[in-house]
Amino acid sequence: MQKLIRTVLAAAFVAGASQIALAHEGPELTSPGFSFDGVFGRYDQAALKRGYQVFHDVCSNCHSLRFVAYRSLTGIGLTEDEVKTIAAEREIQAGPNDEGQMFMRPGRASDHYIPPFPNEKAAAAANGGAAPPDLSLMAKARAGGPDYVYSFLLGFEDAPPEGVTIPEGKFYNKIFPGHAVSMPPQVVDDLVTFADGTKATKEQIAHDVVTFLAWSAEPELDVRKSLGLWVMGFLTVLTALFYALKRQIWKDIH
Amino acid sequence: MSGFKTNNKVVGWVEERLPIFSMLQHSAVEYPTPKNLNYFWNFGSLAAFCLVMMILTGLFLAMQYTPNTAMAFDSVERIMRDVNYGWLLRYLHMNGATMFFILVYIHILRGLYYGSYKAPREVLWWIGIIIYLVMMGTAFMGYVLPWGQLSFWGATVITNLFSAIPVVGKYVVTLLWGGFSVDNPTLNRFFVLHFLLPFVIFGLVFVHVWALHTVKSNNPLGIDIKTPQDTIPFHPYYTIKDLFGIGVFLMIYMVFVFWMPGAFAEPANAIQANPLVTPAHIVPEWYFLPFYAILRSFTQDIFFISAKLQGVIGMFSAIILLLFLPWLDSSKVRSAKFRPLYKQFFWIFVADCLVLGYVGGQPAEGVLVRIGQIAAAYYFFHLLVLLPLLGKFEKTKPLPASISAPVIRGGGAAAGATAQPMEKA
Repeated sequence: MQKLIRTVLAAAFVAGASQIALAHEGPELTSPGFSFDGVFGRYDQAALKRGYQVFHDVCSNCHSLRFVAYRSLTGIGLTEDEVKTIAAEREIQAGPNDEGQMFMRPGRASDHYIPPFPNEKAAAAANGGAAPPDLSLMAKARAGGPDYVYSFLLGFEDAPPEGVTIPEGKFYNKIFPGHAVSMPPQVVDDLVTFADGTKATKEQIAHDVVTFLAWSAEPELDVRKSLGLWVMGFLTVLTALFYALKRQIWKDIH
Repeated sequence: MSGFKTNNKVVGWVEERLPIFSMLQHSAVEYPTPKNLNYFWNFGSLAAFCLVMMILTGLFLAMQYTPNTAMAFDSVERIMRDVNYGWLLRYLHMNGATMFFILVYIHILRGLYYGSYKAPREVLWWIGIIIYLVMMGTAFMGYVLPWGQLSFWGATVITNLFSAIPVVGKYVVTLLWGGFSVDNPTLNRFFVLHFLLPFVIFGLVFVHVWALHTVKSNNPLGIDIKTPQDTIPFHPYYTIKDLFGIGVFLMIYMVFVFWMPGAFAEPANAIQANPLVTPAHIVPEWYFLPFYAILRSFTQDIFFISAKLQGVIGMFSAIILLLFLPWLDSSKVRSAKFRPLYKQFFWIFVADCLVLGYVGGQPAEGVLVRIGQIAAAYYFFHLLVLLPLLGKFEKTKPLPASISAPVIRGGGAAAGATAQPMEKA
């Protein structure tokens, strides 16, 4: 039995380790320690709200969030009325109406987050040729996940190190592969004034907006981890009963 | 069929017309199983359990999934966000594939260690290898369906392998794609095949069990069943042992599903497929990495045979060779327990496969290329040279007289003197 457990753990470890080895190449990432890390980790509701404020006031001017529906923002503690107000801030093309005309209407709670640009070409044209990527899944679309995004946001430096030349219109970031980023540094102290009075240091802003992006990538995390505890509890009892029964049935064999 | 009797009129009525109850009695209740099986013999039933899990979760995922290049990625995100417990279904299915391969690899290695492929179990072994091949095809096509960057580029790299076939390669690839690149027709056919093949596997598993029940299970001693004292009925002894195994397995599996659902996923696959942007590092799923390393270890064209063609032949023969294992291994003794040399070479072979797996996951550069080549060469050396020779030169330990002999405390002086003490499972 021990031998078996060893084998299974070794197999899982080898498989996992090869993935982790692949995942952690490149520059060292810094982790602020997120509330949703670990077995009992959950999203910090206050950080989610602050993070959304940063996204709403800053990121969403250039970045889309196309997999997140406005209605799901109730998951970070917004009321339905707040959601309706936010959705109505932007207009979306609809139609055709009875006259066959397309028209613009304000967003509804059932719409997905309306992108800041009508299409990718427009987004690229307005941003020096590089379209800002969608942020819905950003927190799990890079090796290192939320730690990567956090380190990236704080990884801009005024001057590139000696020997590195950054093309005109690009910015040096020590985390980004290739180091030349089209996005100017965004996260600075007092970029926003938090509604809940939290001091807006750049670390705090990065931490909060990454918490929000982690939520938008994995909104099910809270439910998942708490359901997991019930499932593990159930399986522990079930497996213990199976084991007791196995011992009982096998006691005369050997 | 054995003496199946019933007082239930309905059961009797059905039994006379379709002997399903006596068949169950014969093959799931009375089936005589060696009494000394250790926990490594749980992995067959675990793999079968996993297959059923995959078919069920896959069925419900398929009800929500859209196999269209413009909608596939979005439909998966819809499953993750809007379908009730869709995230659970998907994470069960994603991590289930990984678990399935871990189980099957341990199951295969169990067979290698205890010589389960030797006469009279050759056909049983063949069916197993065919199941493994179909599993690889199914898993590969399943990975394409979410239409992430690695889905697309993995599909492009792997299907392009067939272009190495001389003369007709180009046409074969076009036929596979249903066009001139991996595109909507490719996604459509992969979805259809990914749905179909698990049922083919299910049928093959049925034949696998049929063959097993004909030749009976091997056991850690690798000796034949001689008397009824060597066996115990499958039910209740192995039904409960298998259930306990399933409990332990589920606990490990659920840790991944609920706490590390992305542990085996590549971050780049959370980006929608883009034929215009090639990811920096294209890697297949972890369970293909050893074969991927063999594929890449051929780097020199030899006359008219391109390195690519050699790699493809090398990769496929690495699996096909396993079909010949019953004849490549010349030893009459099955279990490594009584083969001191084979036992060591077995573990070296396992380590070699792990090295290949590691190399397969890294960029092909520097010293890793050479390490991969040596490991690939050793893989074939083990199968083609070591196994045939070992049987001729190895001095095996004496075998116990019977399965029950070493189990009975103080049983038969002759058996007790020669046999290793029975290892507690």
